[in-house]
Amino acid sequence: MSETTTSLEAGGGVGGLTVDRLAGLLRAAEAIVIPIGAVVVSAAIFSLFLLALGKSPVTFFDLLWRGGYGSAFSWQNTLVRTAPLIFTALCVAVPARLGLVIIGGEGALVLGGFAAAVVALPLLGHAPPWVVMPAMFLAAMLAGSVWIAIVGALRHHRGVNETIASLLMFYIAVAILNFFVEGALRSPVDPNKPSTTPIGPTNMVGEIPGLGVHWGLAFGVVLAILCHVLMTRTTFGFAARVAGGNVRAARAQGLPVGRLIVISCALAGASAGIAGYFEVAAILGKANASLAAGYGFTGILVSFLARHNPLAIPPVAVLFGGLAAAGGLIQRRMGLPDATVQVLQGLIFVVILISETLYGRFAIFDREAKR
Amino acid sequence: MTKFTLSRRSLLKSAAAGLVTAPVFGIERAAAAGLTIGIIYVGPRDDYGWNQAHAVAAKALKLVPGVTVVEEENVPETIAVQKTMESMIQLDGAKLIFATSFGYFDPHMVEMAKKFPQVEFRHAIGLWQKDKHPSNAGSYYAYLHQAHYVDGIAAGLSTKTGKLGFIAAKPISSVLSNINAFAMGVRKVNPTATVQVIFTGDWALPVREAEAANALADSGCDVLTCHVDSPKVVVETAEKRGVKSCGHNASQASLAPKGFITGAEYKWETVYKYFADLLAKGQKLPNFERGGYDKDYVQNTAFGAGATEEAKKAAAAAIADLKANKPYVSGPLKDNKGVEVLAAGKVVDNYDVFLETTNYLVEGVVGSMT
Repeated sequence: MSETTTSLEAGGGVGGLTVDRLAGLLRAAEAIVIPIGAVVVSAAIFSLFLLALGKSPVTFFDLLWRGGYGSAFSWQNTLVRTAPLIFTALCVAVPARLGLVIIGGEGALVLGGFAAAVVALPLLGHAPPWVVMPAMFLAAMLAGSVWIAIVGALRHHRGVNETIASLLMFYIAVAILNFFVEGALRSPVDPNKPSTTPIGPTNMVGEIPGLGVHWGLAFGVVLAILCHVLMTRTTFGFAARVAGGNVRAARAQGLPVGRLIVISCALAGASAGIAGYFEVAAILGKANASLAAGYGFTGILVSFLARHNPLAIPPVAVLFGGLAAAGGLIQRRMGLPDATVQVLQGLIFVVILISETLYGRFAIFDREAKR
Repeated sequence: MTKFTLSRRSLLKSAAAGLVTAPVFGIERAAAAGLTIGIIYVGPRDDYGWNQAHAVAAKALKLVPGVTVVEEENVPETIAVQKTMESMIQLDGAKLIFATSFGYFDPHMVEMAKKFPQVEFRHAIGLWQKDKHPSNAGSYYAYLHQAHYVDGIAAGLSTKTGKLGFIAAKPISSVLSNINAFAMGVRKVNPTATVQVIFTGDWALPVREAEAANALADSGCDVLTCHVDSPKVVVETAEKRGVKSCGHNASQASLAPKGFITGAEYKWETVYKYFADLLAKGQKLPNFERGGYDKDYVQNTAFGAGATEEAKKAAAAAIADLKANKPYVSGPLKDNKGVEVLAAGKVVDNYDVFLETTNYLVEGVVGSMT
């Protein structure tokens, strides 16, 4: 990745301009064609799987289209599932630029949602929505960022593997949530689903007019663009990429690697925390065990499929949102178990990982070969 | 290069065409003449427990002429369940939705009921309130604690050590009422016996359930029962340890051929058929439907090899009483901290909401909610 950028930056000269632009375009084309090819290949393998079960792949993909993208309702269904995936995918993508694999975004989401609901508690009935809502939002961001920053700090100061640490911390996050939601902070409103006190309709986030999807979607797209700018247009992003490319070289350059790691992790956690905020403030209206619904884990797939490129995350999240949205229709119409769509998701993930080895292998995308 | 640009352009074109034509596809419904009912499960339909109990009823409902049943399993308690309901209504033409998990009720089902006033929504166990919730929503519940009470009577007469174990998911009302009913049954026939309870903390934690079952067996319990989503692990572990067991939710008799006593089972079939029948006749569905043995909403699994003759006789008598709707909870009743819950002479009607808002463990239960 850094190679592309340096060649682009170097290509300021008059003579090199067209060649470098061409090279950039070809690189971009490669980055689009290979993942799409991987999705097509996984769809083909999945079709064989369906045929083995005696089900029609044509019906399956037809239902997938109709359930996910075929009507206004299915678009709404898809987009509403897309919003949290953008945030949780960014939680993977940002540290990935530093070479970190963070898979515990779900924990930051859970604690973010919990913190949002908790901060609202003393304010309910005393403060207007314009105080409560930002307070909740900030609390969610803060809780999420601290949670993943701990992972980054452990990695830097103690050499603890960030992948394992973030995963294990997810279980701790859920335990913390359950401890309070089933104990001290449990609202008597619902005897059968332990939850915090509802934040009330006035403090809820509304829908984007005409779309039927809450504002989290728009926030997610904006945040993805901001992350892209941060990573490609700022010294912080540049330093992060250098550290991700070669830690020793980065240290030799005098870059503050530890700080970069912790800050990236904090940003990542903040993003997942925001996902938690919208789950509480736009959907659930309270914090409970339903916060851990798996968005954090699907976000890992989204980020990998987007090759950790923040700009590619929203469209890929739409793809996974659509898969989830169509899952129900496929279950009902084809009598297939719920796990079917997960099999397809898993296949896509594996094929994408394998396809990583294909980059730079096709002469057609290679600038040197073109010359 | 040119070729690539062309293909990209055509790709963009077809994508744009797709976006434009998308709304034209519109909503297409599965043609269904009679009544379409949607049933939503939070877990797999074959879990030997809560979801299976509903799925068995769904199967029976499918046999009713004119009724189409659409089902979806593993639907999380998030916006996903709202969209599943909407999809069942918009794409399948569902007129009645059964939502079978606690967390589906508020806000998800309430929101959808407001959005689709012409569709009826019913929730298992939820507490529908007239002044708070839409009139096309409602809740139904089967008093499984009655069947746990029968379990307790059979277990109390089948134990030798006088120590029984109960593995429970969460300290919430519906679970507490089952623990208490079991303990009251046990102590009615065996006043010195105790029921040791272990809370695992969640609905499906197979490893912890097995650990709890082993711990209870180690501490001398010779009958185990549970309230978790799938009792499979507890019943199998009990059988392996050579102790007796009582079931929960659905039938687990086949899992413990030697030690199974009986089990508390839902009979949702009765409720679902009743609702389908009312809708077919064009009548209004009840918003708050409850029932136990008197309405055939619950049942006990056929006695297994673990039940003594004495136990069978006493349990059958208790069932006959419950079928006649005789109250089984009465004062004096203390919780296990010694605080009085019911004064002497006070009798609780089987339909009293008191039994659904349990927040204590009765005397004779060893263990704590926190």
